[in-house]
Amino acid sequence: MTELRNPEAEATRGRLRRRYRAERRFRAYGAAAIGVALLALAGLLTSVVLGALPAFWQHEVRLPVHFDRALLDPDGRGAAALPDANYAAVLKQALRERFPEYAGRSEQRQLSALLSMQAPFDVRERLLAEPAKLGRSEELRLLLSDEADLFLKSQDGEGAGAGLSEVQQSVLEAWLAEGRIELVFAWRFLRSGDSREPELAGVWGAVVGSFLTLAITLALSFPVGAAAALYLEEFAAKGRLTDWIEININNLAAVPSIVFGLLGLALFLNLFGLPRSAPLVGGMVLALMTLPTVIIAGRAAIRSVPPSIREAALGVGASPLQVALQHVLPLALPGLLTGTILGMARALGETAPLLMIGMVAFIVDVPRSVSDPATVLPVQIFLWADAPERAFMAKTSAAILVLLGFLVSMNLLAILLRNRFERRW
Amino acid sequence: MPSGEPRQAGGSERYLTKISARDLNVFYGEKQALYDVNLDILRNTVTALIGPSGCGKSTFIRCVNRMNDVVVGCRVEGKITLDGDDVYGEEIDVVQLRARIGMVFQKPNPFPKSVYENVAYGPRIHGLASSRAELDEIVMSSLERAGLLAEVKDRLGDSGTSLSGGQQQRLCIARAIAVNPEVILMDEPCSALDPIATAKIEELIETLRRNYTIAIVTHSMQQAARISQRTAFFHLGRVVEVGETAQIFTDPHEPRTRDYVTGRFG
Repeated sequence: MTELRNPEAEATRGRLRRRYRAERRFRAYGAAAIGVALLALAGLLTSVVLGALPAFWQHEVRLPVHFDRALLDPDGRGAAALPDANYAAVLKQALRERFPEYAGRSEQRQLSALLSMQAPFDVRERLLAEPAKLGRSEELRLLLSDEADLFLKSQDGEGAGAGLSEVQQSVLEAWLAEGRIELVFAWRFLRSGDSREPELAGVWGAVVGSFLTLAITLALSFPVGAAAALYLEEFAAKGRLTDWIEININNLAAVPSIVFGLLGLALFLNLFGLPRSAPLVGGMVLALMTLPTVIIAGRAAIRSVPPSIREAALGVGASPLQVALQHVLPLALPGLLTGTILGMARALGETAPLLMIGMVAFIVDVPRSVSDPATVLPVQIFLWADAPERAFMAKTSAAILVLLGFLVSMNLLAILLRNRFERRW
Repeated sequence: MPSGEPRQAGGSERYLTKISARDLNVFYGEKQALYDVNLDILRNTVTALIGPSGCGKSTFIRCVNRMNDVVVGCRVEGKITLDGDDVYGEEIDVVQLRARIGMVFQKPNPFPKSVYENVAYGPRIHGLASSRAELDEIVMSSLERAGLLAEVKDRLGDSGTSLSGGQQQRLCIARAIAVNPEVILMDEPCSALDPIATAKIEELIETLRRNYTIAIVTHSMQQAARISQRTAFFHLGRVVEVGETAQIFTDPHEPRTRDYVTGRFG
């Protein structure tokens, strides 16, 4: 039997082999595509993380400081003199005592430049906390300037000390030899706002700005988007007008974001007179930008609710509004939320429309409310990437890392919400 | 008896007309689905609507509780009355109408909520219960009457969709009777069920008949013969013949009816 049908069986086997080969080939292509994507992601992450790591560590020097009465309180006013005493002089004296060999004016200035601009303020704070220390000595940890910090970080690498004089380099090396230099975690980077001094600049102002902006965006785009999607799908009479509206919503989703910035500038700032550089306006502009995405995702989610659920509710005598709010909306919620959070994630990374409404300004203070001037993470990254100081390079990468963290936590939230609300039918 | 005019009441005075359709024409856009349908559905009776697919049975029952309102392009001409009130009349509120006429669908479609919530939903939106205890009472008795209580009384909090197909369909029936309707429309309620679940639903229909008027669309001739007192045969959008079930199956007047019930076409 088999021998008789051999030619045919041979052909069948050949076809089967070809089919399996085609499938194996296709799988290989797929695996290769995923591999490329993973490699790109890994490359991106490693370069960002490696670039960002230095920004999370700072060098400090342990320096014995004498709170000299003659310098701080020359008129003998006691504690009353402390708030506006000359602390820079105290530091200068401490440096002079340790390195008497560098007595020249220029050399002394170079010594002072090794410490951060913040150092005198830290001394002041220390003394204000314990005024009894006046007239005594204490070993203080003082933040080094960005140039000194970079020099120490690139000790073993090349290009070390590009911005430092020989005097400064020898001082740092002396400190290193004495074990006075310490590497500490840069809490300042996570806790403070922007600064002209790289060693003082932090990302917290931008994080709060981004958070406030996104809160406004969410508060506006989710309810408006959900209501629009629900109305268009459940109530609006299908016809030429709804078709026209649908086309326009789809077009809006593709409009370049800077156009929304122009709209915000013309409408919110010039016409309504809302505050410039504020998260309020930024959030409104981003809400306009996010709205089409939310509506489109919402409509898709609503359309995917099985008609049998609507029939069931209508069948027991629910009104169309009850059907929409009590049955369709809860079932469409996971999709609606996913769409909203994807739109928000896009809004989080948006710079262009915010430039138009002045959120590109250099802002030192952490915003307290939605009408305070603020900046957001992507704009902060843009500003730092543009800054001439070399130390801002690491800050840029670190801010990107913070932005990625923000993004990942938002997506996690989206997944959690979806799983929480997801129901099967 | 001539079949152009449907037979009324089978000559017996114990029947009373509950729903009456006169010269009903239904269009989906340009396409006409029902032609001059005249049909009476009698009180406390199970009326089976049989006929090949696409003949207008479902269209007919969906006109009775105005479920066709939500279908885009659907137009209804003619008159349907419920206890003499025009269903499509100005003074009828659709929501109230659907509370009076319950519906069970082809595919079990419980809400993705708990068993309890499924049944409690209708009474709640119609304000039938003034307290939690009263609502509990309605839910329990509805589940009892739907023959489901014994199976689900320990899992009232479980999702309605976690029940088996037959249980889901009985849950849908419990949901329909919880709002205390006068009429129950059933659109092929057993087509997605196995024979055992079907038998349970059929038993249930038999007991429900005492309190409700039932119209049931079915593709199973045996089922129609088993559970209904009256049968209407639809073909190509017209009512070909309507009468006592026994008569339709044993002594049909119309050749087309005979061909259909004997399985010669379908």
